[in-house]
Amino acid sequence: MTGRLEVRKTYKLFIGGAFPRSESGRTTPVTTPDGRLLAHVAQASRKDVRDAVRAARGAQGAWDGRTPYNRGQIIYRVAEVLEGRSAQLAGELEAVGVASADARADVERAIDAAVYWAGFADKLDALAGGVNPVAGPFLNLSTTVPLGVCALACPGTGVHGVVSLVCPAIMAGNTVVALAGGPAALVTSTLGEVIATSDVPGGVVNLLTGDHAQLLPWLADHDDVDLIDLSGAPDGSAADLEARAADNLKRTVRTGGAEDLLTAMAFCEIRTVWHPARI
Amino acid sequence: MTTTPHRAAGADSGTAGLARAFAEYVPSIEARDVVTVRPRYGLVIDGAEREAREGRVFATTEPATGAHLADVAEAGDGDVDDAVAAARRAYEGGWRDLPGRARAKYLFRIARLLQDRSREFAVLESIDGGKPIRESRDIDVPLAAAHLFHHAGWADKLEYAVPGMSARPLGVVGQIIPWNFPLLMAAWKIAPALACGNTVVLKPAETTPLTALLLAELIAEADLPPGVVNVVTGPGTTGAALAAHPGVDKVAFTGSTGVGKAILRALAGTGTRLTLELGGKGANIVFDDAALDQVVEGIVDGIFFNQGHVCCAGSRLLVQEGVAGELLDRLRRRIELLRVGDPLDKNTDVGAINSSAQLERIRGFVEGAAAEGCRIDQPARAIPSEGLFFPPTIVSGLGGSEAIAREEVFGPVLAVQTFRTEAEAVAKANATAYGLSAGIWTEKGSRILWTSQRLRAGVVWANCFNQFDPASPFGGVRESGFGREGGRQGLAEYLSLAPVGA
Repeated sequence: MTGRLEVRKTYKLFIGGAFPRSESGRTTPVTTPDGRLLAHVAQASRKDVRDAVRAARGAQGAWDGRTPYNRGQIIYRVAEVLEGRSAQLAGELEAVGVASADARADVERAIDAAVYWAGFADKLDALAGGVNPVAGPFLNLSTTVPLGVCALACPGTGVHGVVSLVCPAIMAGNTVVALAGGPAALVTSTLGEVIATSDVPGGVVNLLTGDHAQLLPWLADHDDVDLIDLSGAPDGSAADLEARAADNLKRTVRTGGAEDLLTAMAFCEIRTVWHPARI
Repeated sequence: MTTTPHRAAGADSGTAGLARAFAEYVPSIEARDVVTVRPRYGLVIDGAEREAREGRVFATTEPATGAHLADVAEAGDGDVDDAVAAARRAYEGGWRDLPGRARAKYLFRIARLLQDRSREFAVLESIDGGKPIRESRDIDVPLAAAHLFHHAGWADKLEYAVPGMSARPLGVVGQIIPWNFPLLMAAWKIAPALACGNTVVLKPAETTPLTALLLAELIAEADLPPGVVNVVTGPGTTGAALAAHPGVDKVAFTGSTGVGKAILRALAGTGTRLTLELGGKGANIVFDDAALDQVVEGIVDGIFFNQGHVCCAGSRLLVQEGVAGELLDRLRRRIELLRVGDPLDKNTDVGAINSSAQLERIRGFVEGAAAEGCRIDQPARAIPSEGLFFPPTIVSGLGGSEAIAREEVFGPVLAVQTFRTEAEAVAKANATAYGLSAGIWTEKGSRILWTSQRLRAGVVWANCFNQFDPASPFGGVRESGFGREGGRQGLAEYLSLAPVGA
C-alpha cells in the first residue's frame, strides 16, 4: 500500500455554534450516483429542531443589538470564507451528481448572494422605513425590526438555496434555523464550518440536515418561531404547514431568496415611534 | 357591578366636593335630527341596494338606550358570491385600468363629501356605536376623511410606494372591520384599496353597520362605477364566507386574535394575501422623571378613549415605584371627573359600551380581578342606570398573572403594575402574546429610544398616546397580527409588486 490514506469528514449538524450529531443518533447515507458511499450525514430530529430554536432565540437579542453595519461586515466575511471554500463545496456537489459547471455556478451564486445581502444591512431602514409626515406636531419615525427566529425551508439544490435565505434573514437582525436535505446535505453541513469561522456569533445561524416532510411540521408548530420561509417546502405541504403556523400567528413567506427589497421586507416588520414636537 | 368600589384613598373632601360640583353640569345634546335612520337597510351590491337573497335581517340597536334602531339585511353565502362577482366585474371592467389620476379624483370626491356630511356621520356613529359625540366628531370622522384624502394622492404615485418596484393592483379585496371605529375602519380599509386599483367587498361589524352603509351611499353620490365598493352586512358567518371566498385576492381583517387565527387557517395554502390587525394589551410605561400632569392625561386618553374599545389601548399601566403612589392618587382623582353618559352629550367623556355581551365580558374581568384580591377603584358618581355603561376603572395590586394583566378586556379598565428598572419595565411590557402598542413617558430622550427599541410593539407612543394618522403605518407584531395600514408600508399591502424591468 502506497500513498497517503485520506481523512474522511463527518457531516454533522450546526447548532448554537457547535457541531453535534443528531440527538436521535440517526444518519442518512449519501452516495455518489453510482452508489459509492460518501458519508453518513446526521439526520436531524424533532429534538434537534427544538435545540436549534432555543439556540436561535438565545442569540437573537444580541444579534439584533449589533449595528446593521456590523452585521453587514460579518455577512461579507461569510462571502470571503465561502470563496476560500468554493472548491470544496463544488466538489461536494459534484460528488452527489451535480454537473461540474452547475456546481461551480451554484457556489458562485451563493457567494454573490452573501455579498449582495452584506451590503443591504445598512440600507434597509432607509428603504423600508422613514419619517412620516403626519398632520400634527409630532416626529413620526418608522424603522424596521426583525421578526425574531426564522425557520427556513431551504431548497435542497445546493449552497445557494441555503445562503440565499439565511443571509437576508440574518441581515435584518433575525436568527435562523435552516433546514436542507437531498443533494444539499453535504454542503449544508460544510456551510456550518464556513459560518463558524466567519465571526457569526454562535446560535445566529443553525443548520439542520434532514427531511423536510418530517421536520417542517415541528418548525411550523413551534411557538418560539416567528417566521417560516417555505421556499423549499415540498409541493402540497403548504396548506398543512400554514394552518399549523396560524397557532402563534407566524409569518409564512416564500421569498425564493430573490435579491431585492421585497425579500428584505419579508424578514422584518415596521415599528413606528411617535413623539411630540411641541413644547 | 357586584364588586364594591374602593373609596379613593387620596380623594380628600375638596376633591369630593369638586367631583360633586362637576356632576352638576348642563347637558349639551347634539341634535339627532341631522340624520335619518331608516327602518330598513339592504346590502349594497353592484351599485344597488337590495335585500338578502334569503330575506334574512338582523337588528341594530342603540347601546346608550337599548332602543331598536333599524333592521339590516343579513348577507348569506349567495349574497357574498354576488358581491364578490360584482367587485370582479367592476375590477376587470375598468377600475383596474383607470388612470391613477382618475382614481385619485374619485377618492378626493369621497373625502370632500364626507367632510360635507361630517355632522351626520358623527351623530350616526355615536347613536349606532355608543361612542361620545366629542370623539366621533373630532376624531373618527375627520380621520376617516383624512384617510381618503391622503390615499387619493397616492393613486397616481404608486411607483414610489416601494423603491425599485413596479406596482399593480391585486384584484378583489375582502375587508372585515370591527365595531369600535366603524366609519374610520371602513375609510381606513377602502381608501388604500381603491387608490391601488382594487375593488372592495366590505363587511361591517354586526352591531355597527349604519355608517358603513351611509358611506356606501356617499360613494354612490361620488359616482363611482357600480361594484367598485360593495357592502355586505351580517354576523361573523358573513365575514367568514367573505374571507374564505375563492374569488377574493386579498383579505384585510381587523378584529380579535381568535378570529384572525381562524381566517389564517381558512386561507392556509390558498395564496390569498392577508393582513391582520388584531388584539392588544398595550403597556403604558411611566418612568419616575416623567411630567406627571401630562402622564395622567395620557393614561386617560390611552385607556378611556372610546370606552377602552381600542385594540391599541394603553390597558396596562407600568409605573416606576418611586412615583407609583403619587401617580395613582392623581389618577384616582382624575377619574372622578370623567363624565360617563349619553354619547350625544357634548360633555360626555366615556360613552356607552357597544353591546351587552361586551359589557358582561368587562364585568367578568373586573369581578375576577376583585376575587383575586386586586384593588378596584371607580368614581363615586353613579353611571346611568339605563343602557349599557361601565365606569372608568383602575385595578391595582396586581401580581401579573391575573387575567386582567394578560388578556384584552376591551373596556375602560386599567391594570396597574409597578417596576424598578428599565429592564424590568421592558420585560413586563413584553410579557404578553400581543405586540400592538406601547407608551413611554420620560423626559430623557435616550431612555425613550433605548426602551422603544426593546419593546415588542408595532406602534410606540412616547410622551403621547393614541395618535393616528394616514401617513403613519399602524399594525402589530406577534399575536397582534401582521402587515401595516397607513403610510407607504400600508400601500404595499394592496399592491402586487415586482422589480422594475422584471
